[in-house]
Amino acid sequence: MRVHRIGLIATVVTLGLGAAACGKSGTPTAPGNAGTSGAAVGTGDACSSSGATLTPATSVALTGSPTYDKIKSAGKVVIGVKADQPNLGYKDANGQRCGFDIEIAQLIAAKLGLGKDKIEYKEIPSANRETSIKGGEIGYYVGTYSITAKRKADVAFAGPYFVAGQDLLVRKDDASITGKDTLKGKKVCSATGSTPLQRVRDQKLTEDQNISEFKTYSECVSQLLDKRIDAVTTDDAILKGYAAQNQGKLRVVGQPFSTEKYGIGLAHDDKALRNFVNDALAAAVQDGTWQKIYDGTLGRSGSSASAPALERY
Amino acid sequence: MHTFLHALTANGDIFWRGFKTTVELFLIAAVGSLLLGTVLAAARVSPVPVLRGIGTGYVQVVRNTPLTLIFAFLVFAVPKLDIGIDYFPSACIALVAYTSAFVCEVVRSGINTVAAGQAEAARALGMTFAQVLGQIVLPQAFRSIVPPLMSVMIAMLKNTTIAAGFSVLEAGAIPAYLAERGENQFATLIWITIGFLVLIAPLAALQRRLERKWAVAR
Amino acid sequence: MTNVLYDVPGPRARIRNRVIGAITTVVVVVAIGYVVARFVATAQFSDVRTAQFQYAAVQRELVDGLLATLKAAAIAAVLALVFGALLAAARLSDRAAVRVPATWIVELFRAIPLLILIFFFYYVPLQYKLHLDTLWALVFGLTLYNGSVLAEIFRAGMLAVPRGQSEAAYAVGLRKSQVMRLVLLPQAVRAMLPAIVSQLVVLLKDTALGFIITYPELLYAAKQIGGRGAFDFPYVSSYLLAGAIYVGICGALSAFAAWLQRRMGRAGRTAAKPLAADAVAAVERGGP
Repeated sequence: MRVHRIGLIATVVTLGLGAAACGKSGTPTAPGNAGTSGAAVGTGDACSSSGATLTPATSVALTGSPTYDKIKSAGKVVIGVKADQPNLGYKDANGQRCGFDIEIAQLIAAKLGLGKDKIEYKEIPSANRETSIKGGEIGYYVGTYSITAKRKADVAFAGPYFVAGQDLLVRKDDASITGKDTLKGKKVCSATGSTPLQRVRDQKLTEDQNISEFKTYSECVSQLLDKRIDAVTTDDAILKGYAAQNQGKLRVVGQPFSTEKYGIGLAHDDKALRNFVNDALAAAVQDGTWQKIYDGTLGRSGSSASAPALERY
Repeated sequence: MHTFLHALTANGDIFWRGFKTTVELFLIAAVGSLLLGTVLAAARVSPVPVLRGIGTGYVQVVRNTPLTLIFAFLVFAVPKLDIGIDYFPSACIALVAYTSAFVCEVVRSGINTVAAGQAEAARALGMTFAQVLGQIVLPQAFRSIVPPLMSVMIAMLKNTTIAAGFSVLEAGAIPAYLAERGENQFATLIWITIGFLVLIAPLAALQRRLERKWAVAR
Repeated sequence: MTNVLYDVPGPRARIRNRVIGAITTVVVVVAIGYVVARFVATAQFSDVRTAQFQYAAVQRELVDGLLATLKAAAIAAVLALVFGALLAAARLSDRAAVRVPATWIVELFRAIPLLILIFFFYYVPLQYKLHLDTLWALVFGLTLYNGSVLAEIFRAGMLAVPRGQSEAAYAVGLRKSQVMRLVLLPQAVRAMLPAIVSQLVVLLKDTALGFIITYPELLYAAKQIGGRGAFDFPYVSSYLLAGAIYVGICGALSAFAAWLQRRMGRAGRTAAKPLAADAVAAVERGGP
């Protein structure tokens, strides 16, 4: 009995480690996905970019920015991002990063004269964003960072580069949910401790016992597909990413009931950098790069969007 | 001081709901795990080899699995099998499945403390296994079983907080909830600690008293 | 003891036992069969769902998660042992001014759920805009809780050494610190080893709570892998694999603790009987 048990345990552990030694390299792609970039079908875990060309600028006219001086002397830039939002800020199983926010970050880096290989990404949870910008841990932050007056006390914002709003993600064949007023009696899910969840509770959009919360949105999406809940609610940008990832099964209702302006988080007193980034964003909108990036990432969900007006201050 | 009190007074309803759910989880899981644990213990000491094997296998596997994994499996993996269980029942099932393994071990240990002569005498009188266990051994084992059993129950009461990560609004979910409302986190956690102390301290004190009172001199 | 609960089975009892055994086996097989049927019906092990696991990158994710678990457990184990030793020494002190607060501390940390302890180190620094890595939040929580439990184990170990040993030591003229250091501690350590290893198994399992504060340990890695919508959410295979790993490692450690107990019981190098390593005693010390 003893020998058997120890032997069984040893076998399990060895099998596990042995299996780890012989794995295929490369990125797993879901079968049936050609992996083409910019294609309408957006399934597959493998990261593919939108195809927008981002050439690093050869001469950068930016003076008086302590952040930029630091970047220039280091020869690289550290950018704060998210890693679990498909088509927005995502890291696939092979370590590749892609998504709308990621490409906007790469766009800014290119304008600062740094190619994709000179970028170091850092995943910062939402609660730590201000502290890491203030502490100089990152050069700037691009990751569903909503511009609010409260945050402006700690950090500066360039942009907005996207306007999102709280919306609902439902199953494609569920026609009963058409907007926030049709949620009564339906089960709604969102991330623990998030503003969208607070809004649902404050506006009493559904009964208290029908609200479920998990740490990450993909858990909510899994429950949605299992028919354990009826709607996932958060910013529509994030929802579009999940809709694109689960083509044919989910859709975004398309009736946003709040306004979230996404901005690029920068050091509070670095006005030179703020103006520079705003100029870079304006140029990207002007020459169509912004639209190309959107169409190749979030646009795969089937919903369109256009660039918002910048708010300089 | 004001923020400290404010965290409680402004959110009394959440604290009430949270701790009420904790107590509900605890009571349901306590009854369930006591029943299942005793059945498992009986299986482990029974004359049927298959039952002994199942009992031992179950206890060995469950004791070496984190409770969090059992929760995760029930809430995320089981729905994939098209079996739908709501969050609160899932939490109860997870707690019962996990705690019953520990209850089984406590009962089994208690059975071992009863002098062999008692069982032998019972057998000499012609009693069956069920009668030996039910009428002679378990009642005497009661004294050795209850204090460690209370420890198991106290540990389970603390484990109910894990349900917070799986969409059950009990005491462990309160910090995240109040963070949304902008309350001071330190104050919130202190109040939750006080709540648990209120629930646990009497149980722990009772357990120690019983342990001393019923200490079996050997 | 357990084998005296029933007589050696006679012919009728043997038949009855076999019938019960057969019925139980059928019930268990049907239950497992149902689960397997549901697995197949919902294609849990289809190509799409298992596709990820063949790739080195995904396997590395799991291994990284496992290493993170072991790292947190190792650091917390060392700190908990130190903290527990200090607390135990305080609890065994003659001075009430040291003993009483130590007792309160032990009781306090044993009454607070571990998750709340971890939350203290996770949410409070965020509140005051300080940055504490999730690893340290997890480690400090584990240290405080398991340290208190280990303090109780240490104390029980010291008290398990028969009185005669310390009485003889005092009679020979040793002072209290010498008695503890030269006579009691060496004997107590041998007695305590199985129980300490058991508590470390509990500590290892408790690292799984790290996922609630997004520390990337094994359960978190399994959740990430299982949560990939592109692969149809292979939660079932992911969690089963993680479960197998946990059972494997914790089972090995528990078997080691049981072996230690057997060995200590036989060695006779100490007058103290080994503290029970099994679940009962661990539970008496309040482990989950």
